[in-house]
Amino acid sequence: MSAVASMQSPTSSPEPTQKSTPIIIDGLRKSFGPNVILTDVTLSVTAGSAVALVGSNGSGKSTLLRCLVRLIEPDSGSISLLGDDVLSLNRAALKRLRSRVGFVFQKHNLVPRLSALTNVLHGAQGKVPSPRVWFQGLAPQHLRERALACLNEVGLADFASRPVDRLSGGQSQRVAIARALMQEPEIILADEPVASLDPEAGEQIMELLARLARDNGISLIFSTHHLEHAIEYSERVIGLRKGVLELDKPNTELTTSDLRSFYEPSRVSNESE
Amino acid sequence: MNQAVLATNPSNLPSRFERPGILSLFLTLITVWFVAYSFQGAGISLSELATGFPEMISLLSQMLPPDTSRLPRIGWSLLETFQMALVGTVIGIIVSFPLAALASRATSPHPVVYQLARAIVSLFRTVPDLVWALFFVATVGLGPFAGTLTLAVDTIGFCGRFFAEGMEEVEKGPREALTALGASRTGIFFSFIVPASLPSFITSSLFSLEKAVRSSVVLGLVGAGGIGIELKVAMDMFRYSEAAMIILCIFALVILVERVSSRARKKLLE
Repeated sequence: MSAVASMQSPTSSPEPTQKSTPIIIDGLRKSFGPNVILTDVTLSVTAGSAVALVGSNGSGKSTLLRCLVRLIEPDSGSISLLGDDVLSLNRAALKRLRSRVGFVFQKHNLVPRLSALTNVLHGAQGKVPSPRVWFQGLAPQHLRERALACLNEVGLADFASRPVDRLSGGQSQRVAIARALMQEPEIILADEPVASLDPEAGEQIMELLARLARDNGISLIFSTHHLEHAIEYSERVIGLRKGVLELDKPNTELTTSDLRSFYEPSRVSNESE
Repeated sequence: MNQAVLATNPSNLPSRFERPGILSLFLTLITVWFVAYSFQGAGISLSELATGFPEMISLLSQMLPPDTSRLPRIGWSLLETFQMALVGTVIGIIVSFPLAALASRATSPHPVVYQLARAIVSLFRTVPDLVWALFFVATVGLGPFAGTLTLAVDTIGFCGRFFAEGMEEVEKGPREALTALGASRTGIFFSFIVPASLPSFITSSLFSLEKAVRSSVVLGLVGAGGIGIELKVAMDMFRYSEAAMIILCIFALVILVERVSSRARKKLLE
């Protein structure tokens, strides 16, 4: 089946602009040696919308998200993020773009031994290239206060001085979200943000991510294996199978059983037709 | 028992021991032969040990009781020894830090720089400290400065390697997260690599201090300052009870440094 050509969410304008469509991906391809990971992926995401990415392990979800900010270099295609042609950016411009995009990983990826507040403060490193944002003790007062406000947003203001090694998995992931908020992002990319959490913590994290994105007008793309999360916390679901985009529909038109086919290896899906 | 287990063909079980290949068998035999040959080369002789045993007893009896009359003088020498070890270690750690950053795959800016930094660290580590001491005594003269330089170089060899490995062993995730939010390489180094490697830095630094204290004792034997020269003079002048006192003081210093270092390590790594 061929990849889906430019899919617009029901609310998007016919002619996308940077503000209305902050993410436009066209014909994205990526291979690792002989293994083709992404094949001609084309999609766009409207401002402030939440999009879920589903697909089995190896379907290309993580690679797609990483390609968006060039943590992985794509082979071909084009990516427009917040109006920037991502693949043609030089190093400095790429850093500036990255500072506007929050990335939440499957594992929290916080710096061990440092406090929650310092880890959140690190979120400012892209926009404030100063040694003062390396540790909260050196940071300007207004940045310390903002970091604390971000921790407060995720309900962890009381844990500001606690080393992150002493936080639970759910708390650590909240700190990672606060770090992303510290960037004042216009887009958040979340790669299976609840995969390593228990169901209750996972539910809380998804609720938090979706609420923060909605309240702050942030475009959110999250990948997940929780099909209920995909439908509940997104406005639109994208399905990948072996690197090919095979589904792109509003969540209101889908049920979890529609998405299960993405986890059946041999079955050919006709979802996007 | 489970049917699936019963249905398994026992001949599929792997053999209890792997049969060695011809090459590994040959290498094993060569190794065993060389170890046996080395005993001969090392001059191991039970008869000489038996002959020398009464001499050992005699020497030990001459050492007892240890002579405390020169204790103040020994104390000052011991302080100088410790100061040499401390300053040498501090200088070594300060130099090791940037050198290790260049010698670590995780942080080195270029493969050529990496290889060069590795080569310097290897040179400092593989040349024995007594050789460095002879070199510095010949260049900067007799005394504690030569010893301090020796210990600094020795520390660079030790800490340079272990700091670099500590930097390489940090998790990859936080680096990716900081890269994703637009942090610079310098920012990632100081805000992630350094704090994440801190346990390794602390452990290596404290071991280095312990090692320097032990080394500083023998450096005096070649004139590089410290208490070693006192020990040499006492032995050369057959003042064995004084030598015994010096050995006891060295023992006390080494034990004290090890204890304090162990406590500090636990406290700092909590």
